[in-house]
Amino acid sequence: MKLFLTGTAVLALTASLAMAASHSGTVRLGTEGAYPPFNFLNDAGEVDGFEREVGDELCARAELTCEWVTNEWDSIIPNLVSGNYDAIIAGMSITDEREEVIDFTQNYTQPDPSSYLGMAGTEIDPAGAVIAAQAGTIQAAHIAEIGATLLEFANPEETIGAVRDGEADAVLADKSFLTPYAEESAELDFVAEDILLGGGIGMGFRESDAELRAKFDAAIQSMKEDGSLNALIEKWDVGETF
Amino acid sequence: MGLPARPLRRRAAIFSYCAEPELLEGARWLACYLTTGKHMAFYASFGTVLLLLAITAPVALAFGFLGAMSARSHIFPINWLGRTYIAIVRGVPDIAFFLFFVIALDQGFEWLRHQALCPGWDQPIRQGNDFVVCDAAKLPLGTAPQWVHETYGFLLAVLTFAIVFGAFAANVLFGAMRAVPRAQIETAEAYGMSRRQSFWRILVPQMWVYALPGLSNLWMVLIKATPLLFLLGVEDIVYWARELGGTKTPRFTDYPHGDWRMWYFLALLVFYLGFTKVSEVVLGRVMQRLTFGQATAGGEAQRKAAA
Repeated sequence: MKLFLTGTAVLALTASLAMAASHSGTVRLGTEGAYPPFNFLNDAGEVDGFEREVGDELCARAELTCEWVTNEWDSIIPNLVSGNYDAIIAGMSITDEREEVIDFTQNYTQPDPSSYLGMAGTEIDPAGAVIAAQAGTIQAAHIAEIGATLLEFANPEETIGAVRDGEADAVLADKSFLTPYAEESAELDFVAEDILLGGGIGMGFRESDAELRAKFDAAIQSMKEDGSLNALIEKWDVGETF
Repeated sequence: MGLPARPLRRRAAIFSYCAEPELLEGARWLACYLTTGKHMAFYASFGTVLLLLAITAPVALAFGFLGAMSARSHIFPINWLGRTYIAIVRGVPDIAFFLFFVIALDQGFEWLRHQALCPGWDQPIRQGNDFVVCDAAKLPLGTAPQWVHETYGFLLAVLTFAIVFGAFAANVLFGAMRAVPRAQIETAEAYGMSRRQSFWRILVPQMWVYALPGLSNLWMVLIKATPLLFLLGVEDIVYWARELGGTKTPRFTDYPHGDWRMWYFLALLVFYLGFTKVSEVVLGRVMQRLTFGQATAGGEAQRKAAA
């Protein structure tokens, strides 16, 4: 008990010290860490990828101290809304459904085509096939809409696994996520026409956090204007430039 | 297509030859692969899980003891409180408990701090979907370093596990207290002990032998319930096994490999089985100690063996 009390006291003390030290505020950026090239954990176990570089640059321009936090995709919006972190930067496409719950900045990627990845040498008709998608994504919503059989998985890795196992005919996901798999695995290839979904990827904020959102929105605008965003888009190969 | 060569951030590695992972083969490749920062986080998460168990088990036992005591109480509100606690927590599915209760608990703490620290606040706390408290009431503070957030999440996890498993432990202990032969209590009363005295001196020392089989079951379930930690944002061994085992393409790592999740989960299997074995041995010894001198069949057998 005594140890517990001491621990709590130490926690409270450090918390107040931390507040005194950096009153300008730390912005916590929530990401999934499992969706290369947008965001993933590198060999050192740190968040890396296109969004890591964009996010760090945006924070520098907005003169904010930022910290990266990983969270499961399923609960990424509830945890933002309840205040566990301050922004979502996780390859999240801007959609009307999401706009009802959170607010987005302007998009920092062009609407990226979504592709069907299946076994090489096959061709499918999406409407009559079994399609895997990550739960809670625009791709999953699209599959449900066209009336195909939808298999939902909690993380991106499992959707690819479902195709390899033959459980699904194809997986529908962002083209930039699937391209490395198609290129590096002989057995996987694109099996149907690409489709355009969503309004590009933006950062998500709480609806009550308009001020912070405006700061990031301005920073994205300035990155678009001086071309540094385009350079990162090309470097990480995440679709068309602006 | 394909990325231009990205300057890979190289870190001080344990083995000097890890500087050029592309050139490695066989055992050296494996040695370097298994000592990446990511793997270190995986190994550390075993410590997290063990620490969680080490803290949760006694706290849950304390919750259980309090629950059982209040369920036996003759004072109505306390009795009612104990029984409600046991019934509700045992009835709600763990996953629902972990998803909703923890967020509610966290928001409850923040609401209390908000009332205490920000009396001048004029905006509503609930704004649509958002839960908005003043910055000073945030738990932990938005400015706190990451480890404070992690420690806070860990403590929330301990508390939630303790509440859930405490309810089951309360039921086990409640049953164990009733299993102590009535004659023991009657004898204590005949000696003139008060209710309190007979509870602490006669009932409690004797009940453990009846409680242990049920408690050891709970312990085993608790060991395997730790993946629920990830729902609370604590990265446990199952999270890392899934993350590390997933297919890695050469573009994003120095150590590309296929789907190795099976091997990682196999390692977890070995860990869990080993841990279960150790638990069984220890619990077996504890049972022997508790049985000693008790008026049970086990105690009788020990007495005969010694004679």
